[in-house]
Amino acid sequence: MSIKMPIPDQAILNRRDEIIAALQKIVPGEGVISSEKEMKPYESDGLNAYRQPPMVVVLPETTEQVSQVLRYCHANGIKVVPRGSGTSLSGGALPLADAVLLGLGKFKRIREIDFENRVVVTEPGVTNLAITQAVEHAGFYYAPDPSSQIACSIGGNIAENSGGVHCLKYGMTTNNVLGCEIVLITGEILRIGGKAPEHSGYDLMGIITGSEGLLGVVTEVTVRILQKPETARAVMVGFNDVEAAGECVARIIGAGIIPGGMEMMDKPAIHAAEAFVHAGYPLDVEALLIVELDGPKVEVDELILRVEAIARTCGQATCQISNSEEERLLFWAGRKAAFPAVGRISPDYICMDGTIPRGKLPQALLRIRELSEKYGLGVANVFHAGDGNLHPLILFDANKPGEMERAEAFGADILRTCVELGGVLTGEHGVGVEKRDLMPEMFTDIDLAQQQRLKCAFDTDGLLNPGKVFPTLHRCAELGRVHVHRGQLAFPDIPRF
Amino acid sequence: MMQVRDAADVEQAVRDALAAQQSLEIVGHGTKRQVGHAMATNAVLDLSQLNAIVSYEPGELILTAQAGAPLCDVLSLIDSKNQSFAFEPMDTSALLGTPAGQGTIAGMIAAGFAGPRRIKAGAARDHLLGAVAVSGFGDLFKTGGKVVKNVTGYDLCKLLAGSWGTLAVMTEVTLKVLPKPEDEITLALGGLDSEVAGHAMTAALGSPYDVSAAAHVPKSALTGALAEIGHGDSVTLVRLEGIAQSVAHRAGTLETLLAPFGRATRLAADASAAAWVLVRDVIPFAADGPRGDWPVWRIVCPPASGGKLGAALARESGAEVIYDWGGGLIWMTCAEDAKSHTTIREAIGRDGHATLMRAPDALRTTLDVFQPQDAALMKLTAGIKASFDPDGILNPGRMYAGL
Repeated sequence: MSIKMPIPDQAILNRRDEIIAALQKIVPGEGVISSEKEMKPYESDGLNAYRQPPMVVVLPETTEQVSQVLRYCHANGIKVVPRGSGTSLSGGALPLADAVLLGLGKFKRIREIDFENRVVVTEPGVTNLAITQAVEHAGFYYAPDPSSQIACSIGGNIAENSGGVHCLKYGMTTNNVLGCEIVLITGEILRIGGKAPEHSGYDLMGIITGSEGLLGVVTEVTVRILQKPETARAVMVGFNDVEAAGECVARIIGAGIIPGGMEMMDKPAIHAAEAFVHAGYPLDVEALLIVELDGPKVEVDELILRVEAIARTCGQATCQISNSEEERLLFWAGRKAAFPAVGRISPDYICMDGTIPRGKLPQALLRIRELSEKYGLGVANVFHAGDGNLHPLILFDANKPGEMERAEAFGADILRTCVELGGVLTGEHGVGVEKRDLMPEMFTDIDLAQQQRLKCAFDTDGLLNPGKVFPTLHRCAELGRVHVHRGQLAFPDIPRF
Repeated sequence: MMQVRDAADVEQAVRDALAAQQSLEIVGHGTKRQVGHAMATNAVLDLSQLNAIVSYEPGELILTAQAGAPLCDVLSLIDSKNQSFAFEPMDTSALLGTPAGQGTIAGMIAAGFAGPRRIKAGAARDHLLGAVAVSGFGDLFKTGGKVVKNVTGYDLCKLLAGSWGTLAVMTEVTLKVLPKPEDEITLALGGLDSEVAGHAMTAALGSPYDVSAAAHVPKSALTGALAEIGHGDSVTLVRLEGIAQSVAHRAGTLETLLAPFGRATRLAADASAAAWVLVRDVIPFAADGPRGDWPVWRIVCPPASGGKLGAALARESGAEVIYDWGGGLIWMTCAEDAKSHTTIREAIGRDGHATLMRAPDALRTTLDVFQPQDAALMKLTAGIKASFDPDGILNPGRMYAGL
């Protein structure tokens, strides 16, 4: 493992048996897992290059049990790593050797469907897709659709502020949740918001969403549901150069059109996807743009014409319009299978997740190509073009000595490039452990200190998910005053991971 | 009164205040100073000269402005590129009786009020992408970014929006802008009582026709153009926006859906836009109108129960109410001596909350302006305030006593 995690506390490890017994008292039956074999599935999440067996796994079934587990851990100075379905791509649920892994997998019940207020109240272990499935008979759906939606839990979506291909038009998780029940590390249970369109006081729901499991453990969620658009159609446009594709994206948005989804793939990604799913993608183009329009049929038909006309002004090489639901799904099949498709052409890959201003796309892709040559590793790019969110897939072979380290260095350089171009380190996957040490590329010590002080307001002892998001661990007392002379490091003496 | 010209001035002003343990009232144009509790401050930090629009990139859908940039300048700039803030920020000047056309961009964010399109597009918090601010530690920090999609670090923007200047002094903000809808039509139903109107709005919002606003104005609250629309009876308004073909199509199908509630009249784009400004800015309760002397509450509740709640409040205290957000937002006004002012939060119950928007000092000093929180939430709120402003330098006491 090339990323350093907090040093395990031997005193806690020495107490392992006693801790297991205490947890078994709180969560009886099969709710505590402590054998090496049974803990195996919990060693890693979607960032599976990193593995670490937890000290013990606990799977509570009620809010009260979560509260008691956290209260016990807080009283005993034991670290806790929360986990939903374990699909995080940034290592948000990576265990620690001396921490309790708190799984929410047994919170699997949808508690209430309220069509009149257009909300669903659900337990956090319910999958993203299951929410849509529970309401689709009435024409509703839950809008954010991360590509892992069949597996990822809504609680995990809250932690990561998950996006998806439709978030340009319909928003991220944070724009689609109204309230939650959350248990703090002290065991205190708080209710925040609910069915009303906004809650009173500071926007706690807004700060909890995307907090990567560092602030509390969510045990119930209230989400907004929307009526499904009447219809959707897609346009698939091929371009001979990436600049033209980027220009086309800018002109579509400039024309006042916010598509339901707007995705781009570069040549290596197109080839990998086509070989895998045979979606009929053109193989001689440098970039492929899929634009999906949704809404009433009369609207979609008109917007399709407008997008087609715009594509023509941008020097399109090919253009296909879906004329049936089957055809639309086929257009998407390649894009949706892009990750596994790349998995077929390379023994291993890592998926990056930076965001750039849309207009900088050609520069970003050029830089990525240069880096690809420099590091001697291939790369395939898929891209949420509408909102500037890049997903370069770096190809490598973990069995070849040094390749993984090279791939990680390549990835870090891509993210640095995103920041240099005016963008950010992560658009939807989260910081986790993966991008933790890159945070200073984007934030000063003062910026990070403000974030960490907020963490202290929720978790004074830093017991919840330590080692994630922040490149340095601080005791809360140290964060009191950070007055520094401009340009100087605020904490010159503090060890960094 | 301290005027500042750049972020370094703000940082210095807060550091000086900190050193002197002198609290600050943070002010832009001061249009919303009367909202919230009177503050125990002895100095005003005036951000109105920090007023540049830093950058506007229509193709990237983002705008960056200094905190004190006049909102009207920003709105006319983005309007010139056919864009807008999708959350339809309200203009509080008529309601609060302040000069028209005033207000700064950071003031809009600090208050966090969204207009009728909130039900579809969210509020200021959903459109604030990044901010630079000075904390009560006297440190300039940044949060978020200048791109529309970002999950890097805690989303402190969400806390700044709606925090009424109690956490940090914003110096620069980056917001998402979106294309303005090409066309709009509003369907108006006449003569419904509040509960039935609530059902009609719920039906419209539960339809696939992408309703972008739904409001109900009872007969007694009608004013100006709203009175004309309803021919003197209550009006229920449902707005559709988008490209012309789509709006016309959806209006037709929605009329059929709403037929059990009566025959809808159609307001074309200009009339529709004019009607929604009246709702957005709560013109029926304007400070210079017939109820200008009455206190005004802003109540937020689950939308489907709004009609019933509003009707009960009106019945019990002789209050006037208007409903926006499909029933999820109720503006209520009643005489200063009505008992509702002290019982309103019991009437609303656990699922909603109320803010006293306009009131004479006598009432403001005896009531909680913002919804009181339970002990556990209050403790966390205090912890958050301390994490930004431990010495209580910034707008102390404006939201909650002692914070």
